[in-house]
Amino acid sequence: MTQAQAPVAIGAQVETRRRARPRLGGIAVNTVLIILMILWAIPAIGLLVASFRTAAATNASGWWTAFTPPWEFTIENYEYVLGRAGIDQAFINSFVITIPATVLVVMIAAFAAYAFAWMEFPGRNILFVIVVGLLVVPLQVTLIPVLNFFRDFTPAGIKINGTFLAVWLAHTGYGLPFAVYLLRNYFGSLPKEVFESAAIDGAAPGTAFFRLALPMSVPALASLIIFQFLWVWNDLLVALVYLGPVPQNHPLSVVLANLTTSFGGGWQFLTAAAFVSMVVPIIVFLSLQRYFVRGITGGAVKG
Amino acid sequence: MFDAILENRLLAAILVVIAVPIVLVGYIYLVEFVVGLFRRTTAGRIRPWLWLAPALVFLGVFLVYPTIATVIRSFQNRRGDQFVGLENYQWFFTQNDTLIALRNNVIWVIFLPLLVVGIGLLVAVLVDRVRFEGAAKTVIFLPMAISFVAAGVIWRFMYELDPKIGTLNATLNAVGAEPRAWLVEQPQNNFFLIIVGVWLLTGFAMVILSAGLKGISTELLEAARVDGANEVQVFRRIVLPLLMPTIAVIATTIIIYALKTFDVVYTMTNGNFNTDVIANTMYQMLFNNGQPGRSAAIAVILFVAIVPVMIVNIRRFQEQEAVR
Repeated sequence: MTQAQAPVAIGAQVETRRRARPRLGGIAVNTVLIILMILWAIPAIGLLVASFRTAAATNASGWWTAFTPPWEFTIENYEYVLGRAGIDQAFINSFVITIPATVLVVMIAAFAAYAFAWMEFPGRNILFVIVVGLLVVPLQVTLIPVLNFFRDFTPAGIKINGTFLAVWLAHTGYGLPFAVYLLRNYFGSLPKEVFESAAIDGAAPGTAFFRLALPMSVPALASLIIFQFLWVWNDLLVALVYLGPVPQNHPLSVVLANLTTSFGGGWQFLTAAAFVSMVVPIIVFLSLQRYFVRGITGGAVKG
Repeated sequence: MFDAILENRLLAAILVVIAVPIVLVGYIYLVEFVVGLFRRTTAGRIRPWLWLAPALVFLGVFLVYPTIATVIRSFQNRRGDQFVGLENYQWFFTQNDTLIALRNNVIWVIFLPLLVVGIGLLVAVLVDRVRFEGAAKTVIFLPMAISFVAAGVIWRFMYELDPKIGTLNATLNAVGAEPRAWLVEQPQNNFFLIIVGVWLLTGFAMVILSAGLKGISTELLEAARVDGANEVQVFRRIVLPLLMPTIAVIATTIIIYALKTFDVVYTMTNGNFNTDVIANTMYQMLFNNGQPGRSAAIAVILFVAIVPVMIVNIRRFQEQEAVR
């Protein structure tokens, strides 16, 4: 198969996918799923209801009683959270931190994962296992050595510590072990024939990577983007440590976490804050959902 | 100049989002160009290292270098000016509290992966067959997007003793049973904390497993069905073996998560009622007790604990390569 044919094969696959839509399950499948959905939704619904009640009401009666009169819903938690000084700036900061950190991890991990999956070199398995093993390093133990590194490492007089650059780089480092692991596994399961015939047709590894491996791994890339985005978006520790005490640089997670420390028992604001900060990751999840399609690799073997 | 650009953060972010992919893609094309100047065998030898280089630099600075520093620190005393041999390790293995934390981690490592992978797989396989796939996945994924602190708030109300407020005890009350002190009763309070972890992480397993599932060729499944295989056979003979590598990735990730588990325990009980875990002990030693040496020793024990998991992974990759 040549590179020019690859998109055609994928296009043709869409047709078979539509035809081979899995048969719908019976009552048992539906029941099991609905029970699981209810179990998973109950705590989330409890949180949602609590976010629309006063602290006194939540402390006095269960969230389920809110559905019977007297209805005592209030939007004051949301008003308080959204009325915080600098919340709009924090929203922007979260995007500024999260998007580059996600792009960096996905691309750098994809290069490494491709080398691990489809290139021969001595010590490959050992090196790979060390990379994955780094998942176990607790973030807390890296903070002080990395802070020292940022302090001493000032190429061309650029100060890294306390800047967004520091956070982008740190999140990239921390996110790589899982990203490499996930992508190497997916790349490794792609059909060998595709890469062999590409090599026979004279395609360079670079071409095989960009035109074959990446397009065939869209579901894995989509799930990696979802989680890297989510982790960076919700991260508190890395942002706090590497950005330092500069309020105008703080992302949403830091500003929202401060709701309790500055207010003692302000936990009811946390419930509203949870939904405010959840909106963006959920949008990312829903919009990447459509890349979870069946049969992207299926037809390629025939090529 | 660079500082000025960083000041204007939106511009900087847009610049980074456009420039980073260009630079990285350019890097690969540059590598391929340079490698192309060499003979075939030489090219094959240097190419992998150039593809790996960006990742290795990042991992070296942010994870390997701190790890080496931690290992050295674990053999030093409290102030870090004297080597004390295995004293910090000896401390860990002779304290009642740390041994209970170790026991609790064993419970976490066994049950968290089992439940998360099991339920995640069940959902990933079943949602393929219903009309409300998107809705079901969103509901299971939702907890992933909730911050740990907020999850802590709601689960404290789930487990609250007072049946007027606590969801679970209200349910028990409704069926005429006595309310329970979920987070105090030992040792089952560990399981109730694990349930919070399962609620949070199943969405993660489900999304990755679902992505793996979508990679399985439809023709293969249809062919098996045409040949008369029922759905259970299709799952056991085709789907499960093909999904095994993805299951192993999730299981490994969740085992490591269980070893490092911290947030749930920290926000729910802070280790009280014999629910402590070693990552929480490590955190307390580092930030509250001023014992960085002991804290480092705990981190090293974590590294050692995953060695068996990694050996299983090596074997699996060797098998994968042998068959392809």
